[in-house]
Amino acid sequence: MIHSLFLINASGDIFLEKHWKSVVSRSVCDYFFEAQERASEPENVPPVIPTPHHYLISVLRHRIYFVAVIQSEVPPLFVIEFLHRVVDTFQDYFGVCTEAAIKDNVVVVYELLEEMLDNGFPLATESNILKELIKPPTILRTMVNTITGSTNVGEQLPTGQLSVVPWRRTGVKYTNNEAYFDVVEEIDAIIDKSGSTITAEIQGVIDACVKLTGMPDLTLSFMNPRLLDDVSFHPCVRFKRWEAERILSFIPPDGNFRLLSYHVSSQNLVAIPVYVKHNITFREGSSQGRFDLTLGPKQTMGKAVEAVLVSSQLPRGVLNANLNASQGTYTFDPVTKMLTWDVGKINPQKLPSLKGSMNLQAGASKPDENPTINIQLKIQQMAISGLKVNRLDMYGEKYKPFKGIKYMTKAGKFQVRT
Amino acid sequence: MSASSAFNEEKGGSSSVGEPEYGHDPASGGIFSSDYKRHDDLKEMLDSNKDSLKLEAMKRIVAMIARGKNASDLFPAVVKNVACKNIEVKKLVYVYLVRYAEEQQDLALLSISTFQRGLKDPNQLIRASALRVLSSIRVTIIVPIMMLAIKEAASDMSPYVRKTAAHAIPKLYSLDPEQKDQLIEVIEKLLADKTTLVAGSVVMAFEEVCPERIDLIHKNYRKLCNLLIDVEEWGQVVIINMLTRYARTQFLNPNMNGSDKTFYGSDEDEDEEEEEKEKKAEAPMAKRKPYVMDPDHRLLLRNTKPLLQSRNAAVVMAVAQLYFHLAPKVEVGVIAKALVRLLRSHSEVQYVVLQNVATMSIKRRGMFEPYLKSFYIRSTDPTQIKVLKLEVLTNLANETNISTILREFQTYIKSMDKDFVAATIQAIGRCATNIGEVRDTCLNGLVQLLSNRDELVVAESVVVIKKLLQMQPEKHSDIIKHMAKLTDNIQVPMARASILWLIGEYCEHVPKIAPDVLRKMAKSFTNEEDIVKLQIINLAAKLYLTNSKQTKLLTQYVLNLAKYDQNYDIRDRARFIRQLIVPTEKSGALSKYAKKLFLALKPAPVLESPFKDRDHFQLGSLSHLLNAKAGGYQELPDWPEAAPDPSVRNVEVKDSVRAVGTVTCRDRERWKGARVCSRTRANPPQERKHQRKSDQQKSDSESESDEESDSESSQSESDDSDSEADDPVCNNRKHKCIDSSLVLCLQNISPCSALKSYELLHRIRGEGLSVEYCFSRQPFSPDGNMVAVQMQFTNNATSEAKNLHMEDVKLQSGMRVKEFPEIELLPAGETATAVMGIDFCDSTQAANFQLCTHTRKFFVSIQPPVGELMRPVFLTENEFKKEQGELISVTCRPPTPFLSDSRFNSIRFILFCIAQNRKLQICLRGLYSLYTYDILGPETHHRHRKNSPKNEKTLPRGKKGKKP
Repeated sequence: MIHSLFLINASGDIFLEKHWKSVVSRSVCDYFFEAQERASEPENVPPVIPTPHHYLISVLRHRIYFVAVIQSEVPPLFVIEFLHRVVDTFQDYFGVCTEAAIKDNVVVVYELLEEMLDNGFPLATESNILKELIKPPTILRTMVNTITGSTNVGEQLPTGQLSVVPWRRTGVKYTNNEAYFDVVEEIDAIIDKSGSTITAEIQGVIDACVKLTGMPDLTLSFMNPRLLDDVSFHPCVRFKRWEAERILSFIPPDGNFRLLSYHVSSQNLVAIPVYVKHNITFREGSSQGRFDLTLGPKQTMGKAVEAVLVSSQLPRGVLNANLNASQGTYTFDPVTKMLTWDVGKINPQKLPSLKGSMNLQAGASKPDENPTINIQLKIQQMAISGLKVNRLDMYGEKYKPFKGIKYMTKAGKFQVRT
Repeated sequence: MSASSAFNEEKGGSSSVGEPEYGHDPASGGIFSSDYKRHDDLKEMLDSNKDSLKLEAMKRIVAMIARGKNASDLFPAVVKNVACKNIEVKKLVYVYLVRYAEEQQDLALLSISTFQRGLKDPNQLIRASALRVLSSIRVTIIVPIMMLAIKEAASDMSPYVRKTAAHAIPKLYSLDPEQKDQLIEVIEKLLADKTTLVAGSVVMAFEEVCPERIDLIHKNYRKLCNLLIDVEEWGQVVIINMLTRYARTQFLNPNMNGSDKTFYGSDEDEDEEEEEKEKKAEAPMAKRKPYVMDPDHRLLLRNTKPLLQSRNAAVVMAVAQLYFHLAPKVEVGVIAKALVRLLRSHSEVQYVVLQNVATMSIKRRGMFEPYLKSFYIRSTDPTQIKVLKLEVLTNLANETNISTILREFQTYIKSMDKDFVAATIQAIGRCATNIGEVRDTCLNGLVQLLSNRDELVVAESVVVIKKLLQMQPEKHSDIIKHMAKLTDNIQVPMARASILWLIGEYCEHVPKIAPDVLRKMAKSFTNEEDIVKLQIINLAAKLYLTNSKQTKLLTQYVLNLAKYDQNYDIRDRARFIRQLIVPTEKSGALSKYAKKLFLALKPAPVLESPFKDRDHFQLGSLSHLLNAKAGGYQELPDWPEAAPDPSVRNVEVKDSVRAVGTVTCRDRERWKGARVCSRTRANPPQERKHQRKSDQQKSDSESESDEESDSESSQSESDDSDSEADDPVCNNRKHKCIDSSLVLCLQNISPCSALKSYELLHRIRGEGLSVEYCFSRQPFSPDGNMVAVQMQFTNNATSEAKNLHMEDVKLQSGMRVKEFPEIELLPAGETATAVMGIDFCDSTQAANFQLCTHTRKFFVSIQPPVGELMRPVFLTENEFKKEQGELISVTCRPPTPFLSDSRFNSIRFILFCIAQNRKLQICLRGLYSLYTYDILGPETHHRHRKNSPKNEKTLPRGKKGKKP
């Protein structure tokens, strides 16, 4: 399936290559570079590029292109999903997935890639299994290894590989047993000029950090499980139980994992937490434009809207902007024409605003495109869909774990058209 | 490629050995500048006897390989360390070996013996990695060694090693395709493997080595369907794709039937055309029986559906394509929601999903309509995503939602991304052609765009308007006039050409303006692009024919200019047109028809989606994405006209194994509470689900007659029991000893107390006649060595069947058959039963024969599960009590030691089992008589014993008589 993998950085250098079958010359990447040149933006490089003898399937993460070379028919999503899994694993191992981190840990990277694929077919992608085979590098372990001469490589087949719960290793021990769940929701919305919602949906995830001894069997129930009609689960979740009782029952992996992600698409359920009053105009004939933006809280259920960040791609004709922010700071990048305004917390008594004028290129005609406004925000202690966890129970182990649940709402792709 | 090699060097090429090293390079150590010395240093480290030095050296070498540097000259030094004790060094040496063995075949052979030793290691990880490396070394000489290793590993105890063996198969195949036949044997063997770990990998090997051998799947089909949910996600993708293809060859098209016409009625217009077509296709088959979905087809759909909830986008896509290609229309809708969910994922995933949604939305528009808004475009989307979303929106447009969509398009037109704007204009054009009601609105909107400041937008609009005008030119002469004015400003060649073509084509609608345009064009002719020049000539010719008075001279002028043009195409065209339109004495007959030639009515263009007809590629595949056949792509076969024999998937032995699995769970639960079960995700509730699933499935495949035949047979049993009571043969047999291996064969004994009936002839294949058989567990009176097989004939056809009898019996040597008496008449709708006897000679060989009616003959075969190869023995109550008494001490002992003890004879063993089961014990008390079974002959299954000691608890809970 996957023949080779090339890692290419933003400046177009191949800094790592790995082959699982016969060696494919790195000149095959020239086709990729050609496509990259044609594409105006880095994210516009087509994920699948056919070449005379191979197909290149690539993903872009952390400004690194992961280019897989394949030779024959294979579902493209299979490769794409696998490449993302590789990136996730690197992140898991090294904390970050940057060129520097990969270069520093090139041996571990190589060992990982060796275990993840055999002859181009995925072998072990479960992080728990990999961590038993190849221990993540830590400073302490490196020191111990140098002194004692022990290695980072496991000698036994990971217990997960053969077990019915491949995502969990046996013999997990903690002194403090704790299980934390974060319910994080992102609002994707498009608001039109007049302030009415064109489309709005909620993308939610429940991320878990479970550090429990032994083989705990957890159940998580919700106050309002009917909200969750479009879900995808971590393989540990017992699907049938969910179907029948709407209860999440699972033996958790050890450590951090995404338990489930869900999608609330029906628009009337989606509360829009902020409103935007805007007036962005360019007058015909003059080289001036007006910019006027005010933010205010809308349906926030009494919670504060924090970490608000407004960004907008202004038309190409704009030379610079002289604005006045009532709160926070703004920056305008004259090269990319990107205006960013870091608002911070919205105070409902004193609404933040950004007002002023823009200078246009002399002689240029009025731009006919309207900039869209992208908003990022955070609301703590609230899931905007109203999802609430009812209770978390643990079976199968004797001790009493510490349990915690946190809610958070964020803006995802939240756009206001002007 | 010369350019690329130059490029390579620039990028730090892969093969340049001599290039200087820099300080940051871990392999250089920053001290040695010359290549020779550097490698010397590494060699020294590798030769030392300190593991830490070796490790350091290997790490540096691997870092070199990772950056594409050549380290092949270190091969001898590295290969020496292949037997190193330190496992990390060993692993890195493996990495090195796999990379360079192909280049240094002779030296690589030195390492082979180490791997051969590794293959025998007691540690499964070491066995597996030895096989992995051995099979990854691409050296042809070792093919026989690899073959041997794979064969051995395929029957290894550890499923992990078997998985590795499955991975090794395609490796060997690519190295030496001549091994195909042998490899297929291994694949066949591994396909029968019951662990989820192996399933995905072996199907992968199947797909690479012998995708055409669909017959290998038959026997494993149901097992694969049932295991699917527990297979790891990558294996799921491969299995689902393979099963899609399989199902296309084995089942009937669920949509080729009148039964879903009601559905058509409720559906939108989009299917109408299709419906028409299908109706026509149906016509000859109208007389066919109503479609009934094969239970196996249903099984596949049911077992894949939960996977739509997978976190892995590839799995979701695989299920989606399976439903799209295999499910009845009414059921396909479920995939839409899951696909829309994927749109939130990484942009690469979005890209692939949208491509597939675009194809699906043409065929099944209704499916995605509720999710219209999920395809709305954000200014932050990458352009390629925007264009695909636009495509989907266009496909989804219909009379009801077009106004919303057009309003949305209006916003898009103001976008800064000009490529996207151009695509939007195209999309508007397509909406306008597809939906007549909005044609005028769209046209007006596009005309407004003609005054846009951006030339690209205007040009694109012109091209689209041209296509729209062709549909009804007479209504829109004002638009043509407006466009004629644009020629002064527009510079984009394609747009200019389009305008000129329009004016030429419809010059009758703009008789005054047309000659003027030609005049202007003649002036600028020499400066125009080729494509525009051609259209100027075209315009001139058309005007000459309609309005020669005004344009004669102009035309001559243009043709003269063209005559001396640099482009031969234009010169050619000019010459050709001059001959055609300007009458000379020499001009041929054609010039008479010049007007007809040039001003013929041209059909309006059809604006079609580029995704139309892409669905002949299997969705989700690379070939579909590229719209070109990729290497190794397996065509999705068309549905068969008539369903192939469904009985090929019947696996009686396997069936009972499956049942054993479920019973094991049940029993274990009873004994030990909630124990982790190997088949499911370690949870009792799900186990129960599994059980229910397989129960349901049973009822699916066997139909309700199961219960009936059950009660029936128990009745007949009671009648027979007395007459057979003192059959001497039976009594003799009772004391036949069983050895320990027999215990194992009990695993395969059908554990259900109910009689299980099997299908001999499906009613579709039997043209209305269906035959089921069960092992009635009765003594077969004519011959004590034969097993009684009770057959139930049901005539589902409309006409009666006559002379049912059997013929042409084909048996393994030693086997015998006593035919059932001929059934002379079986009226429609009636059921008849008959009993036949087969002496299977204690084997599980099938008995093949032909079942004949007065009109037809059907080939059928009966294969007994081991558990049915029993002989009933009659015991009086006293005898039973005596036997039971002997066993009381046994019941107190835990089951495992008992089972490993081979000193017990069969009857005790079975009684023990009965005694263990409380429920049954209760009914036993009231017994006057009791049947128990003597197993006819041992069969060894050593493998089972090794792998699954737990299974020994499996109990044969055969029929044990009845209450008084």
